[in-house]
Amino acid sequence: MAELSALFHGFAVALSPLNVALMFLGILLGVVIGVLPGLGGANGIAILLPLTFSMPPTSAIIMLSCIYWGALFGGAITSVLFNIPGEPWSVATTFDGYPMAQQGRAGEALTGAFTSSFIGALFAVIIFTFLAPLVAGFALQFGPPEFFSVYLLTFCSFVGLGRGSPFKIVAAMMIGFALAAVGIDTVTGQLRLTFGFAEMMRGFDFLVAVIGLFGIGEILQSMEEGLAFQGKSAKINPRVVLETWAKLPRYWASSFRACLIGCAMGIVPGGATPASFMSYGVAKRVSRDGNKFGAGQLEGVVAPETAAHAAGTSALLPMLTLGVPGSPTAAVLLGGLLIWGLQPGPLLFVEQKDFVWGLIASMYLGNIAGLIVVLTCVPFFAAILRVPFSIIAPIIIVICSIGAYTVHNAMMDIWLMLLFGVVGYTFKKLDYPLAPLVLALVLGDRAEDSFRQSMLMSQGDVRIFFSNVLVGGITTLALVLLLWPLLVRVLPRTRQPQPG
Amino acid sequence: MSDGVQSERGLSTRTVEIVVAATVFMLGAVVVFDSFRLGARWASDGPEAGYFPFYIGVIICGCAAMVLLHAIVGKHAGPPVFVAWGALKRVMQVLVPAAVYVLGIQVIGIYLAGAAYIAVFMYWLGRYSMLVAVLVGVSVMTFFFLMFEVWFKVPLYKGLLDPLGFLGY
Repeated sequence: MAELSALFHGFAVALSPLNVALMFLGILLGVVIGVLPGLGGANGIAILLPLTFSMPPTSAIIMLSCIYWGALFGGAITSVLFNIPGEPWSVATTFDGYPMAQQGRAGEALTGAFTSSFIGALFAVIIFTFLAPLVAGFALQFGPPEFFSVYLLTFCSFVGLGRGSPFKIVAAMMIGFALAAVGIDTVTGQLRLTFGFAEMMRGFDFLVAVIGLFGIGEILQSMEEGLAFQGKSAKINPRVVLETWAKLPRYWASSFRACLIGCAMGIVPGGATPASFMSYGVAKRVSRDGNKFGAGQLEGVVAPETAAHAAGTSALLPMLTLGVPGSPTAAVLLGGLLIWGLQPGPLLFVEQKDFVWGLIASMYLGNIAGLIVVLTCVPFFAAILRVPFSIIAPIIIVICSIGAYTVHNAMMDIWLMLLFGVVGYTFKKLDYPLAPLVLALVLGDRAEDSFRQSMLMSQGDVRIFFSNVLVGGITTLALVLLLWPLLVRVLPRTRQPQPG
Repeated sequence: MSDGVQSERGLSTRTVEIVVAATVFMLGAVVVFDSFRLGARWASDGPEAGYFPFYIGVIICGCAAMVLLHAIVGKHAGPPVFVAWGALKRVMQVLVPAAVYVLGIQVIGIYLAGAAYIAVFMYWLGRYSMLVAVLVGVSVMTFFFLMFEVWFKVPLYKGLLDPLGFLGY
C-alpha cells in the first residue's frame, strides 16, 4: 500500500496552516466565480494564475484546484436558484433543481446537490488515488508515437461524444491547432504565420483565448438575453440539511451509478457534460418515480450532480498522469504547472512526489472544505447574483482585461481578448464547440512535436501509429471515435465496423 | 426584456452561418498559403516547418466548405433568427464601449480607463446617478490598484500618457 503512505505524507503537506488558509480562500473565490456571470472555472483560474507565480507550486495548485471545486459547487447554486446553468454540466441539474426551488424547496435541492457533489468527488478522488500512480507508471514507457495516439484519442473523442455537427467540431479544433502554430517553430526556429508582425512572434496564449472566449463571450450573451436575473430565495438551516441527509440514503443506487458513470466518462475529454445527462437519463429510466422527473424530484438533482463532480474530478487524472487535460479548466491548471516549472506527465509522479500527493490530499480536504463553505454561505452567494448586471458587467470586463494583460504584460493581448470574446459569442450561438478549440491551442505544439518525432523515427511512415498493440489499439479507438458520427449514420444496427 | 421578445426580426442564422464559415475558410486558406511558403514537404532533415500546419489548414478549409454547403442548401434545424435587432443593440451597447475602453487603456492606462468605463456604463445603462457611478468606478479601481501595484507587486499597464505617474508606481 505504497499509495496510502504517500497519501498520508500528502496530507501532512496539505495541512500546513498556509495551505489550509489557501484552500478556504480558493473555495470562496471559486464559488463566487462560479456564481458570477462571465466568470467560470476556466477563465477565473486563468485570471488568478498570475497572482500565484510567486507562491510555492504546491500551495498554488492547492489554491487553484480549490477554486475549481468551488466553481463546480457554484454552478449548482445558479442552476437551482436562477435556472441558469453556470457550466454545461450543470444543465441537467436545472431540470429538477429549479422546479424544487419554485416549490419553495430550494434548501433541500441545494443540500442534495452539494452533498451528492461531495460524494461524487470523494468517490472519484478515491479511484484517483489508486489509479493515477498505475496510469503514470504505465505511461512512463510511452514514446512519441504513443503520446501522439493519446492526443489523437483526446481530440477524436470530442467528435465521437460531441452532439453538434462533426464538421464544426473539427473546424473549431483545427482553428485551435492553427492558432497554436503561430509564432516560432520549436523544431526549425522559423517564423510561422506571423506575416511580419513582431507582436505575433509570441504566438497566441491560450489563457488570453480562454478569458476572451468564456469571459467576454458570456457577458455578451448575458447582455443579449436581458439584464434581469429572476432568482428564488434560498435559506439553508441545519434542520433542512439534516432532513435532506436523512432522505439521501434512499437514492444510494442512483448515486452509485452516477459515480461510476462520472468516473468513466470524466477520464475521456469533454466527458463531464455527457456524464451528467447520461446519469440523469439512466436515473429517470430506472427510478420508480421516473415519470415524476422534471417536476422537482430530489433524485433528479442527485444523479447529474454526482456524475458531474465525479467527472470533473477524474478529468484531472489524464492531465496529471499524461499531460493531456480533459477540459478547458484542466488545461488552465496544466498551463499553471508549466509556468511553475513543472512538466506534467508520468515523470511528475517520480520526481515531484510532494506536489502530486499534496494535490491529491488537497482534493479530499478541499471537497470537505467546499461542502462546509457552500452549506453555510449560500444566502451570501445568492445575494451576489442580485447585484444589478449594470454594475457587475463592466467590473467583470475590467477584471478580464487585467487578467489578459497580466499573462504577458502585453497590451496587444487585451485587444485579442476582445476579439476572442466576439468569436466566443458567435461560435457559441452557432454551436461551434469552444472546449476542443482551447484544448487544441494548449496541446497544439506538443501534439505536433510528438507527431514530427514519430515521423522522424519512422522516416515518414504513418504505419508507426500501428506498430505495436498499445499504440495501434489507441489509434484504432481514436479513428473509431472520429468516424463515429458517420458510422452511426451509414451503418445503423450492423456489426461492429472496421475502420481503415 | 420585453422589446427582445416582441421583435422577432433580426439577423438571420443562415447569414451569420455563411459569413462565419466563409471567414473560417479564408483563415484555413491563409494557413495553407503560409505553410506552403515555408515548405510543407519532407526535407532531408525531416518534415519542414509548414508540414503540420499545412494539413491543419487543409482540414479547416474542408470542414468550412462542408458547413458552408449545409448552410446554403441544407435545412437548418436551429432558430432562424441568430439575434433579434433589439438584442443585437444591447450586445453592441456592451461591445462598443468595451472597445472604447480598451482604446482608453492604451492611452490613459487600465486604472483610469477602468474607472471611467464602470462609471459611464452604470450611468448610461444602469441609470444610476453620476455621483454613485463615479464613486463605484473609482473605489473598484482603487481596490485593484492596491491589490496589484501595492500588495502583489504586479504592475499593470499605465498607458502612453501615464497620467498616474505621479504616484510613483
